[in-house]
Amino acid sequence: MLHSADAADRVNDFDIKLANVNGTGSASANTLLMKSIFRMGIPVMGKNYFPSNIQGLPTWYEIRVTRDGYVARSGRVDMMVAMNAETYAKDLKEVNAGGYLVYDSTWPRPALLKRDDITIFSAPLARMCNETFKGVRARILLKNIMCAGLLAALLDIDLDVMRTLLGESYASKKALLDSNVQALEIGYNYAKEHFPCPLPIRVTRMDKTSNHILIDGNTAAGLGCMYAGATVGAWYPITPSTSLMDAFKSFCQKWRVDPDTGQRNFVIIQAEDELSAIGAVIGASWNGARSFTPTSGPGISLMNEFIGLAYYAEVPAVLFDIQRVGPSTGMPTRTQQCDLMLAAYASHGDTRHVLLFPNSPEECFYMSLDAFNLAERLQTPVFVMSDLDIGMNDWMCPVLQWDDAYQPDRGKVLTKEQIEGLEKFHRYFDKDGDAIPYRTLPGVHPKGAYFTRGSGHNQYGVYTEDSTEYQIVLDRLKRKFDTAKTLVPKAVIDNRGASQKANDMAIVSIGSCDGAIHEALDILERRGIRLDYMRIRAFPFGQEVEEFLAAHSLLFVVEQNRDAQLKSLLTLETAVEKAKLRSILYYSGLPISSSTIVDGVVEELGAGAKVRSVV
Amino acid sequence: MSFIAKPKVAHPGLPRNALGLTRRDYEGSMSTLCAGCGHDSVTAAITEAVWELAIRPEMLAKLSGIGCSSKTTAYFVSGGHGFNAVHGRMPSIATGAIAANKDLHYIGVSGDGDTLSIGFGQFVHAIRRNINMLYIVENNGVYGLTKGQFSASADIGSKAKRGEENAQPPVDPVLTALTLGCTFVARSFSGDKQQLVPLIKAGLMHRGFALIDVLSPCVTFNDHEGSTKSYGFVREHYDEVVHADFVAPAEEITAQYAAGEVMPVTMHDGSRILLRKLDPDYDPTDRGKALRYLRKKLRQGEHVTGLIYVDEKSPEFHEVNATVNTPMNQLPFAALNPGAKGLDKIMGRYR
Repeated sequence: MLHSADAADRVNDFDIKLANVNGTGSASANTLLMKSIFRMGIPVMGKNYFPSNIQGLPTWYEIRVTRDGYVARSGRVDMMVAMNAETYAKDLKEVNAGGYLVYDSTWPRPALLKRDDITIFSAPLARMCNETFKGVRARILLKNIMCAGLLAALLDIDLDVMRTLLGESYASKKALLDSNVQALEIGYNYAKEHFPCPLPIRVTRMDKTSNHILIDGNTAAGLGCMYAGATVGAWYPITPSTSLMDAFKSFCQKWRVDPDTGQRNFVIIQAEDELSAIGAVIGASWNGARSFTPTSGPGISLMNEFIGLAYYAEVPAVLFDIQRVGPSTGMPTRTQQCDLMLAAYASHGDTRHVLLFPNSPEECFYMSLDAFNLAERLQTPVFVMSDLDIGMNDWMCPVLQWDDAYQPDRGKVLTKEQIEGLEKFHRYFDKDGDAIPYRTLPGVHPKGAYFTRGSGHNQYGVYTEDSTEYQIVLDRLKRKFDTAKTLVPKAVIDNRGASQKANDMAIVSIGSCDGAIHEALDILERRGIRLDYMRIRAFPFGQEVEEFLAAHSLLFVVEQNRDAQLKSLLTLETAVEKAKLRSILYYSGLPISSSTIVDGVVEELGAGAKVRSVV
Repeated sequence: MSFIAKPKVAHPGLPRNALGLTRRDYEGSMSTLCAGCGHDSVTAAITEAVWELAIRPEMLAKLSGIGCSSKTTAYFVSGGHGFNAVHGRMPSIATGAIAANKDLHYIGVSGDGDTLSIGFGQFVHAIRRNINMLYIVENNGVYGLTKGQFSASADIGSKAKRGEENAQPPVDPVLTALTLGCTFVARSFSGDKQQLVPLIKAGLMHRGFALIDVLSPCVTFNDHEGSTKSYGFVREHYDEVVHADFVAPAEEITAQYAAGEVMPVTMHDGSRILLRKLDPDYDPTDRGKALRYLRKKLRQGEHVTGLIYVDEKSPEFHEVNATVNTPMNQLPFAALNPGAKGLDKIMGRYR
């Protein structure tokens, strides 16, 4: 048996990767494994790497057991569960020295693929399944559960926890429950009999997951839309945003349907394309309903013309951009943060838009609420810039909270009585000096009627081609963006390096890079490199962003795209000196790992700078 | 788009509708279209129809796209909100607006370019959804604002002002709508107010998507010899198949009809459309027959007009979606989220 030198330290701290074929039911087995570990009180991260395909292509699932709560990829593979013959050779190579590989010995692998620096376990899973269960489909599905049982023995996962979880999944399907439990136990017993269980990489109970949930960002955002009081959702299906509307629909079907009449408090419009989806959102918002559309990069490209209309005519709209790999169709099932510039300046002419950057499913929920409030307060499109990693993977988050006293901010909408009292209604007039005008809703009062248009208009809402009148409105829109700076969520600033003399280096980032950055900061600190950290949560950038940038002389901008889009935005929209910014970029399509950041910082600083940082 | 305010002068003797409002109360700003434009006649017909129906001005939402026709929503009912969308995308704005508030009357005004070229996809899908609105196509066969290019409704052989002949087959909005299951399909002519006003009234009161394709000649770019959308050509090749009279719920039928001549269709609010068939074999409730008739007349070069097809029974958008009676934009916040208790329950699934 070969073990890594620090094997004793690997309890509750290791990575396993499961290689499968998509469409074989591996997802439920992967979830079962991850959730069992989570239920044992141990922090856990799960990432699904799947193809843009329905059945037959390779798929991987990575589970990181992380006692320190680092919810990002580590870049290690301590155990590979190689269930896909097609990718076996590649999977074998990926295992770290001292690690383990598990495979199905029903079909023996050629000896030449063997490695002598890892431990290889095999079990005849398919054969045992075929002997025990009937039906082709059942045999394929249960093989994954049998494998989960095998891993439970190797990793010391509590079998009772797994049985309980299966019981919850198949509460009303007794026969399915029985066969699943049987498969689980066969795998478990086989491992106990044939392997040295448990391995040095194993789990042991902790108490670090109470008051936490495992949830994906799209589900949390869909839930957020329901809690925000959204009533009209319009969309065109696109990976990886689809599950957001699916979630909204399923929550609404449960909570927004009158049980007696079957009548619904929501409308979901599956549009013919993204142009129509955003049109419906703008139409509904114009009419005073809270309305949203979930989409991804290609959808935003299509929506551009309408986004400009909503900006200029000042109609609220909430868009969720679950970013995926571009350009063009790109890789629909891989993650990136590549739509920042697209969204920030979407549409022709002078336009700028409010963007929110959630770092987790938890923030997807709360920022959904923010997005509707900001869209209505500012009367403008607001983009929630999530990504596939947050949107489609289960993340460990604190339990979501709700205060029953919460009231939404519906912005400056005049009531019938207020309109009645006006001498005349002027749609685009800056009465309050905050550059936000008042609006009226159709059907309320004839005196409140005005003409919404994307063509030139003056501050009274009347068509114009007069230069001065046009500019008054356009300049006010710019000032409105300044007002937005004071309303958007503030950056999260960690001055962890501040105690250190002469520390003036920092990391600046957004969204899903957060987990990897926290781990990288700890690793760097152990190496004597201490950095401050600012996680920007919104565009336009607030005063605190300006101040943080000004207070540091070297800033690592960490982001997941090729062209340093966040860095570009910072350069364009703040007073920061460009020479102070260093990019750490990652755009492979997988979520960024802590090692990418550590390597990027160390490479930039070199030996000399490292000394300087610890003076 | 007009920026000239039209003076509101109300003579005491002007007739008033059931709300006590005069026709002046249903006017908009001054038209900036060319003198003699067919669209201005359509605007006048809409104004008349909405006044006669005594719809409260603020209860009418006016939607349009881009083009000469789309400008006209500013020229009637200034007491109703208007929305000038982007080119060809009015139907999606209408879909969202209707989803948000089912209690308003929606009138969409579009053109042949806006509907049949750039906006064809949205037009088709609005029909499929059977959203409750009146959709008027002011159809003149040309692009006016860009100076006279053929549109998708130009007939084969129709001549442009400079003599160029159109070689591509037209998209016919009426045939398209019939094929797609549209529940109210009509065609009219901007020069026939007698026919157009009752059609607009019926279309506004129809529950579901009502299409009126109005042949509305462009006096500047398409009113010459050789054009099939000129005033002269349309008058000459005009085949009214069914005349529709609109009778409000409480109104008595005063006109005299010969026995068997009239076919009444009762609408959801109790009003009636009295269909006077000018061809005894025609049945405006039979989609298949309507299509065959139109195709036959098309081969003869005739513009079939009138209420070509009507179906008052098919469920409209909100019925299909089983929404509550209260409009979405008027639901109280408390009715829309299950609160802390509900969230706690939901969280259980993710623990």
